[in-house]
Amino acid sequence: MSAFPNTSTVQTQSVPTWRQKDAKPFVQIEQITKQFGQFTAVNSVSLDIYRNELFCLLGGSGSGKSTLLRMLAGFEEPTSGRILIDGVDMTGIPPWERPVNMMFQSYALFPHLSVEANVAFGLKREGLKSAEVNKRVAEILGMVQLGHLAKRKPHMLSGGQRQRVALARSLVKRPKLLLLDEPLGALDKKLREETQFELMRLQDELGITFIVVTHDQEEAMTLATRIGVMNNGDIVQTAEPHEVYEYPQNRFVAEFIGNVNLFDGTVIDDERDTTSMRSADIDGLLQVDHGISCAPNQDVSVAIRPEKIRISREPIDLEVNATTGVISDVAYMGSQSIFKVRLNSGKEIRITQPNVSREMGNRLTWEDRVFLSWDADSCVVLVA
Amino acid sequence: MKQGSSVALKVMAGAGFVFLYAPIIALIVYSFNESKLVTVWGGWSLKWYVELFRNEQIMSAAWVSLKIAFISATMASILGTLAGFVLSRMRKFAGKAMLTGWVTAPLVMPEVITGLSLLLLFVSLENMFGWPAGRGVTTIVIAHTTFCLAYVAVVVQSRLASLDETLEEAAMDLGAKPTSLFFLITLPLIAPAIISGWLLSFTLSLDDLVIASFVSGPGNSTLPMVIFSKVRLGVTPEVNALATLMIVTVSIAVIAAIVIMHRQNRFKDANK
Repeated sequence: MSAFPNTSTVQTQSVPTWRQKDAKPFVQIEQITKQFGQFTAVNSVSLDIYRNELFCLLGGSGSGKSTLLRMLAGFEEPTSGRILIDGVDMTGIPPWERPVNMMFQSYALFPHLSVEANVAFGLKREGLKSAEVNKRVAEILGMVQLGHLAKRKPHMLSGGQRQRVALARSLVKRPKLLLLDEPLGALDKKLREETQFELMRLQDELGITFIVVTHDQEEAMTLATRIGVMNNGDIVQTAEPHEVYEYPQNRFVAEFIGNVNLFDGTVIDDERDTTSMRSADIDGLLQVDHGISCAPNQDVSVAIRPEKIRISREPIDLEVNATTGVISDVAYMGSQSIFKVRLNSGKEIRITQPNVSREMGNRLTWEDRVFLSWDADSCVVLVA
Repeated sequence: MKQGSSVALKVMAGAGFVFLYAPIIALIVYSFNESKLVTVWGGWSLKWYVELFRNEQIMSAAWVSLKIAFISATMASILGTLAGFVLSRMRKFAGKAMLTGWVTAPLVMPEVITGLSLLLLFVSLENMFGWPAGRGVTTIVIAHTTFCLAYVAVVVQSRLASLDETLEEAAMDLGAKPTSLFFLITLPLIAPAIISGWLLSFTLSLDDLVIASFVSGPGNSTLPMVIFSKVRLGVTPEVNALATLMIVTVSIAVIAAIVIMHRQNRFKDANK
């Protein structure tokens, strides 16, 4: 570990940097726009990323996340706007002079060089003495547990080993900022999970700021300190993983991250600590435990996660946040079951329940008439 | 049914190979003929090979040809690599389409026209600038370089097109400036294409008769020119022996080119 001066320990207990008011951002993206001909890939994105963060850019294909990453690496010049890394304006600085390294989705290992030479490539470009180069290569290969494969060529390695070589190669120069393009995309499920934790461990030990691009929401949830959700070239929400899941700011985020049930409604009463809405989708009224300060009769969507709805055969006596329906489909998943329930309005919603008991006898099943309810603090009102 | 079709396929393929290679095999066999008459078999002998190596005219022509083939293949490889690189890696620039056309035109141009136009060029250059003084090895080398360049450019360009561009990005990301990027990453990865382009150019130059006839001068006949003039006076068994040696040389070069091109595919899966 001596190769990496421990610049700072990760503050897990104290207030995260991004929540401190006067914290200085490490990467500042200022109104970056990138156009390819008529097509706008990134549309005036502004974003601050702090030291030691593991920031995930999450979005579908064509959302602009990869283009943003390529602009950070210097492979694309922004059409307008600028990027500052550690206070230095990166405009016009070529990739080979940026304090940034990237791990490519395809790994981009040099096929004609051995593992060792691949990792040493970047250090040699710095003009380091060969003794120093060898020492640091051996160190980093030990860290990713590949010391015994140093002499192999990339085509003689498995997918997981190549991924670790790529990681070692991008870390060995001790960049201030590491960019990772779909780092786990090409691995199978078990390897992905192991590597996720490996990445988090390395990030923790090395104190390098990571920016990860991914289309996989689970990956983003596990890895990230914060997530920037991208859609059509815009960042639609930047927040910590649990906030993105529990407090989505708009319909896109609510539907993109996890599963969600959406009810369309109209506001009938908007107080400081409670808002009531009428919805044709359910029997009773919808109610949330906070004001939303909107115009009267505003049309809104109310989002409820499937696991936050209670389901039971016993009638419940509730005027608000409750409805009835008939189970139309059941999927047994082992640890939990997924129910699809057709409401009286004809709308179908999704509910997940943990399988607490092993008994099958009294389980809810097809065509059961059920009563549904949820708490006023479990749903989110979405205006956009 | 399946059996039948595979037998038919073998017969067809066999017929094709016989059609292509029977004349060559006959030529090789007759090069070992004892008899002085080309069409009459007189028993096995290496006599014509000995005669061949004693023939000063043929030997000096062979030396000229090899020299020309070596120099023009080398020059064509350098220029062709540059052309291929520009065509596949440079962003759009004014005249790129025209350059593509110019580089590949010699592939489809009739040799007679290439030869004639080069002859005219050399004559008028000499009249205006006094260079190249007369026609000889220099003019043949220039002529061969121009048409071999096209082959190298095409081979290199297609190799570059199939090369993963993220490899070059990764090198830049790790601190490689454009020149070290080219020599440390791009060049080693396209080396097989350049080598096979060189071998191809070498054989093309060695085989060329038409263009060389136009642009060579007195006393600088290439091997194909000597053979051609000899054959017009009647085929001697010596020519059979010479042809056999040329076939062997060219086959080795072509097979080497194919093997090298094949081996480069070995690396292709490294990042899949």
